[in-house]
Amino acid sequence: MTVVSRRKALCAAVALIGLALPGTAAAADFSGKTIEFTIPFTTGGGSDVWARFFAPLIAAELPGKPTIVVKNVGGGGSITGTNQFAARAKPDGLAILGTSASTQFPFMLDDPRVRYDYKNLIPIMLSPTGGVVYINPSLGVQGAKDIGKAKGKEMKYGSQGPTSLDLVPLLAFEILELDVKPVFGMPGRGEGRLAFERGEALIDYQTSSAYLRNVVPLVKANKAVPLFSWGTTNDKGEMVRDPTFPDLPHFEEAYVMAYGKKPSGPAYEAFKSFVIAGYAAQKPLFLPKGTSKDIIDTYVAAIDRVVKKPDFKDKAGDEIGEYTQHVGAAAERTFNVALNIEPSAKEWVKNWLKTKYNVKLGE
Amino acid sequence: MIDIILSALVNLLTGWHLFYMMVGVFVGLIIGILPGLGSIAGMSILLPFVYGMDPVSALGMLIGLLAVVPTGDTFTSILMGIPGGAASQATILDGFPMAKRGEAARALSAAFFSSMVGGIVGALVLSVFVVIARPVILAFSSAELFMLTVLGLSMVGVLAGSSLLKGLLSCGIGLLLGCVGAAPATSEWRLVLGTEYLIDGIPIVVMALGIFAIPEIVDLLRHNTAISTTSRLGSGWIQGIKDTIKHWGLVLRCSAIGCVIGAMPGLGGSVADWLAYGHVVQIAKDKENFGKGDVRGVLAPESANNSVQGGALIPTILFGIPGSGSTAIFLGGMILLGMQPGITMVEQRLDLVYTIIWSLAIANVLGAGLCIVISPFVARLTTLPYAYIAPFMLMIIFFAAYQATTDWGDILTLLGIGVLGIYMRRFGWPRPPLLIGFVLAKGAETYLYQAIQFHEWSWLWRPGVLIIAAFTILSVWIGARYGRPGIDEGGESGKVRKIWPQTLFGLFVAIAFAYGIQDSLKQSYLAQIFPLGLSLSALGGALVVLAMVLWGPRVSRVVFDTESDSPADMLPIEHYLLWLAGLIGVSAVTGFLIGLGIFFLAFLHVKAQAPPLRNLVLTASAMAFLVAMSYVFVLDFPGGLLQSYFDLPWPLR
Repeated sequence: MTVVSRRKALCAAVALIGLALPGTAAAADFSGKTIEFTIPFTTGGGSDVWARFFAPLIAAELPGKPTIVVKNVGGGGSITGTNQFAARAKPDGLAILGTSASTQFPFMLDDPRVRYDYKNLIPIMLSPTGGVVYINPSLGVQGAKDIGKAKGKEMKYGSQGPTSLDLVPLLAFEILELDVKPVFGMPGRGEGRLAFERGEALIDYQTSSAYLRNVVPLVKANKAVPLFSWGTTNDKGEMVRDPTFPDLPHFEEAYVMAYGKKPSGPAYEAFKSFVIAGYAAQKPLFLPKGTSKDIIDTYVAAIDRVVKKPDFKDKAGDEIGEYTQHVGAAAERTFNVALNIEPSAKEWVKNWLKTKYNVKLGE
Repeated sequence: MIDIILSALVNLLTGWHLFYMMVGVFVGLIIGILPGLGSIAGMSILLPFVYGMDPVSALGMLIGLLAVVPTGDTFTSILMGIPGGAASQATILDGFPMAKRGEAARALSAAFFSSMVGGIVGALVLSVFVVIARPVILAFSSAELFMLTVLGLSMVGVLAGSSLLKGLLSCGIGLLLGCVGAAPATSEWRLVLGTEYLIDGIPIVVMALGIFAIPEIVDLLRHNTAISTTSRLGSGWIQGIKDTIKHWGLVLRCSAIGCVIGAMPGLGGSVADWLAYGHVVQIAKDKENFGKGDVRGVLAPESANNSVQGGALIPTILFGIPGSGSTAIFLGGMILLGMQPGITMVEQRLDLVYTIIWSLAIANVLGAGLCIVISPFVARLTTLPYAYIAPFMLMIIFFAAYQATTDWGDILTLLGIGVLGIYMRRFGWPRPPLLIGFVLAKGAETYLYQAIQFHEWSWLWRPGVLIIAAFTILSVWIGARYGRPGIDEGGESGKVRKIWPQTLFGLFVAIAFAYGIQDSLKQSYLAQIFPLGLSLSALGGALVVLAMVLWGPRVSRVVFDTESDSPADMLPIEHYLLWLAGLIGVSAVTGFLIGLGIFFLAFLHVKAQAPPLRNLVLTASAMAFLVAMSYVFVLDFPGGLLQSYFDLPWPLR
């Protein structure tokens, strides 16, 4: 014990000297440093690819050109690695974190395994994505305006699980009063799409890049009818049409087209939070709370340069490059909209998950 | 078409492209040789370099790695009885006995040669099917996939060893362990013993290492000699190639099995080697040598585990859906290169598709050739006193297990499964059925549930289901016609003196199933039906075994204990379990890196009686290796109490 306290005293002394020395407040410099970019997923997944794409680009723009290494800490559907980061990361600019919808959702649903608090993380960049819901043409639905025609018809939907990113489409189907019966246990969205192609599932959705690659050919062959996109947020945090799919209505528009009124109620309030946390703010990049303003500003400026390069969109390809990256204050604004979920809406979702899908979080 | 194929080949062979492929092959071989590390670990090493590379070089490098990992895996499976990776488990059953018998050279060359054939068949199948496989893959719905898991489970019959009942119960244990974690239909947490770690289920690498490697290491330590008594590999290089040619039909059939399993998204490559092994045992007329060193038992899994990659690339390229764990990472690599797998890639970038195919074929040939070149050096390890080898093996398998999810749980689970494996071995509970049950559990449950959800019970009449069902019945019938092989490991039932140790183990199995019942009663209907049905019937079986051990005749197929004929001066199993527990206990205090250093010093001093200088050099080189691994994999070692009080610098952190 004495050793510990002596050590603490030493740390305090060093910190005091550090404060007293002039020049520590100057712009951060990372020369010769290695920055650990924690990704709470295993190698090769969407978040890992995202991180490995950005790591060298950001490193090249940071002063002193540090090395950024991607550190994969998988497990617990990304909860484990994020817990670890929250407990250990020091606010020295040498530890950054990238999370995903599957990190955000358990936090929003009060999963007992979550020991991180997004209030203690500073978002410096957000990579949005989108998604499109489509339906089998045999139901006679030609577009969003005839969604009512599908009412009362049981439709299967291949799903990864009620608390995965699929929570958003399941909420959407609930709000649209569609009789969708999810078949859980799909290892990925790709398998859900195969079930749709086989005719087993009558309704499905894919994220933007997978939709462009694999569903657009189905639409052209009259094997799928697109209904709506999730939409995305503008700089003010309002829902607007997804720029990748300018001809498709976003969810709220689709509801108005189908039912002649705006959606409302706790289900829709919850939907708005989850759709932003799941898509518009899908992949946020964080610094730990307590990081000095210099370091934050240095990062924001570096990332801003990265995404404003003229060849950024080409390099990023359609996996990342279809959407405008939110940087700095814009990232913070969007992210807060997602996380400030109304308590009544949150309770409604938890209760709905329990009664409809038997999800008992933490049991 | 032909000109695209040829220009892809020429392009691959010019400039730096071949060099990068060699890099991939080289990394793949090293990763393959290190037990427990598979292509997923290898991919995570190469992926950071991929970004910004030209596509042909990068594809060659990644495919080079993907192709040869299952070839390199073979070394430790055959030479040490330790699975080189999740895909080389079945090779152990006959490969290791061959090595012990002095036929390591024959086993290795048969394995490498059949691996090469399997890999080339995989590439050929890929080149044909990537153009036409779309309807075939779409024809396999959840119902057909469920039937494939049933076909896999039917192999348990021939792999059960002398007691069918114990074989079925082993499979039951595997199925129960496979149920651990989030339920596929409802995501409820099952059998997690109150831990967060188990929610993701037990990683397959931890399972394979625990069930095979730990028991083998402990057994070899107890005998305290070198693995092989002769310093030579034996002359048999030509014989191994002759074996492959002689059994060409088998090699081609098993390559086909590998392709089909690989091409099914969701079944996973680790099933393929077991299916191939089960297949060869089923159709063989003379089964008595299986498990004792029959070369066919090496040819079958080795040709299948290389052809898996070709099969697994079909859905990866066609649909953007990976067919196996390693192709999942390959998919990530392709996206990083700005490629978009999917039907459009086949239509518009056929040149890249053929780059992949050529890389696969060439890397397989290179990999097999290199393996033959380096095998005399690797094989020399088997002539060293095992007390020197064991700490290194333990270090690598603990590292490999930890790499699975980088959690303390990996290490504790490895030890737990290791203890299970040790006593299963001792009391004659066959381990292959356990692994088959484990790898198929999630698929069997998920696909059955999905088939019923999508089709209700009409899925039973789907043509694909009927065809696979006919196959299953046929193979079980053929298997039963020629009797079962004796895949047991020494020990005779008649000599068993003490009955209480195996009574205790039987009781443990019964309690495990009782826990399965108790746990599943807490779940909702969809999450409980599979583990509940399984646990109820298996508990019945376990009680029958207990009754037979306690009150049945002393000479029976059920009563079994390897300790009954082991020499009196041999140290008990538990002695070495204490060493393992010591390693983990010390690590819990000092962190894994320091703990392992202390373990090395102590073990080499006491068990190998190494002179102090040699001891220090070996320990230091082991630590250096681990530090290098920690650097390469960007990974902190499991921390202990020390790390929770002090903020230590890397790599002690």
